[in-house]
Amino acid sequence: MTKGLKKNPVDFLFGTLTGIASLSVVVLIGGIFYALLSESKLAIESFGVFKFITTIDWDPVAEVFGAATTLYGTAVTTALSLLFAIPVALGIAVFITEIAPGFLKGPIGVAIELLAAIPSIIYGMWGLFTLAPIMEMYIEPFLQSTLGRVPGLGILFEGTPMGIDLLTASVILSIMIIPFTASVARDSFNLTPPIVKESAYAVGATKWEVVKDVVLPYSKLGVFGGVVLSLGRALGETMAVAFVLGNNHQITTSLFDAAATITVSLANEFTEADTDLYLSSLYYLALILFVMSFITLAIAKFFLLRAERRYSR
Amino acid sequence: MNIEKKRRIKNLAALTLSSLAALSGLFWLVFILGDVLVHGIRGLSIDLFLKDPAPPGIEGGGLRNAFVGQLLITGMATLIGVPLGVLGGTFLAEYARGRRISRLISIVSDIMVSVPSIVVGTFVYAIMVKPLGHFNGWAGAVALAIIMIPVVLRTTEDMLSMVPWTLREAAFALGAPYYKVIIQVVYRGAATGILTGILLSIARVAGETAPLLFTSFNNSFFSWNMNEPVASLTVTIFQYAMGPYDSWHAQAWAASLVITVFILFITVLGRLLLRWRFGK
Repeated sequence: MTKGLKKNPVDFLFGTLTGIASLSVVVLIGGIFYALLSESKLAIESFGVFKFITTIDWDPVAEVFGAATTLYGTAVTTALSLLFAIPVALGIAVFITEIAPGFLKGPIGVAIELLAAIPSIIYGMWGLFTLAPIMEMYIEPFLQSTLGRVPGLGILFEGTPMGIDLLTASVILSIMIIPFTASVARDSFNLTPPIVKESAYAVGATKWEVVKDVVLPYSKLGVFGGVVLSLGRALGETMAVAFVLGNNHQITTSLFDAAATITVSLANEFTEADTDLYLSSLYYLALILFVMSFITLAIAKFFLLRAERRYSR
Repeated sequence: MNIEKKRRIKNLAALTLSSLAALSGLFWLVFILGDVLVHGIRGLSIDLFLKDPAPPGIEGGGLRNAFVGQLLITGMATLIGVPLGVLGGTFLAEYARGRRISRLISIVSDIMVSVPSIVVGTFVYAIMVKPLGHFNGWAGAVALAIIMIPVVLRTTEDMLSMVPWTLREAAFALGAPYYKVIIQVVYRGAATGILTGILLSIARVAGETAPLLFTSFNNSFFSWNMNEPVASLTVTIFQYAMGPYDSWHAQAWAASLVITVFILFITVLGRLLLRWRFGK
């Protein structure tokens, strides 16, 4: 594969050039980690690791910073959005691979891809001006008067619905990640050998039984990888939530309260950070986000690769 | 109720639910696009493209500065990101084909595609804004380029791998050195695929906001100077949408419409190219 590399100086030059270009990716990932680490050094020294992630205060005036509120907001929005998105995404994947007649497969697939192509700022605009008022006027009061009355669940739906809150942000986030989950799930479903499915149909299984007992077990690694991939996306999504979360540093049980995520705090406060410690603390948040999403994405990649290797022989 | 019937009902329920899921996907798409269209058309005017912003709170004016700034930043990002991505992908698919390093870089790129874009923004702030002491357009272009590189790199790698090895052997047999084989044979064979990758990467970064917030920032005046803060459509949309004036909101919607149409157009164009090249 390297024939001529030593003989021809131009070839050596071109080969080296391409090598350097491909290394840029590794250098960038390393550089990002190093830069975030060195910029957050001041905050790490002041607050440590455990103390930083467990401190609830985020007070720029008193210069006390803790990540607990933003981590909480990130965790809640991510978890809720996955909860909403996974069933719908799996349903879409089942529909495309098993149910849809040929003429519908294409259009639905394209629609899902377009949904993925819409930039997050558009989701944010739509969320702020269209979805938030709908949530405020109809959906949240409705939830409050039904689920909110259920003992134990009530604390999730307390307060005056304003539309700018954890629930609205999670709904937008879930619409954004549905396409990712759905397309990975569809690809995994498609890896199921047709002969296995046909055997199941031949012994009289219904379509649902084929999906549940043949396709899903066959593709669970890939589907899991897809879900973790979406988790990674949801963790780092900024603009779609920045519009509708309110950037309020608090830990709240009610989904109708404004909150903050790591990304939203960065978007809102980064250019306003007026002291070194403030900026460094924001970098610390960015570092935590980077490490979290890197690990999540690496896990997703691991499962997707294993799924590919196992079934696409 | 016998088992037969139960199974059939379960089946029906499951199929109905997943059809509904597919419908809901369509519903959100139509809802969001329709909403952007309806609101956006109202704010659309010739002035939007030809005039610079009016002072806050005063009606009129346009977003000429943001349109030009967006083109500048995205264009420069493409000039930086595409060569690096294409060359990098060439290394993985050609010189390092089958080697362990090729797989490793490939996996790292896949991870980097999904790294939160706002983190890229903070990174570029640290290396290009803080040392210079002011926001600048180049930093925005570099931030977008960083997001582009892994996308272009991976599609290039995939597209080059699809060119049959025998084609290269035919060229080798004529005595061509590898670089000539790559440039004159392999690149030609994969040209459409690489172009699609480039188009999709442009579509990906053209709508990015988060990496520009701390890099190119914003500028309410018209400027060609990439050493100064440069306005972009996306950051302007964010600022205007969060602002208090109705005229700002209308312009933000119009800008949203323009950017959405642009991105969907490029995305569809890329898909069509692929379909045309590979027949379905």
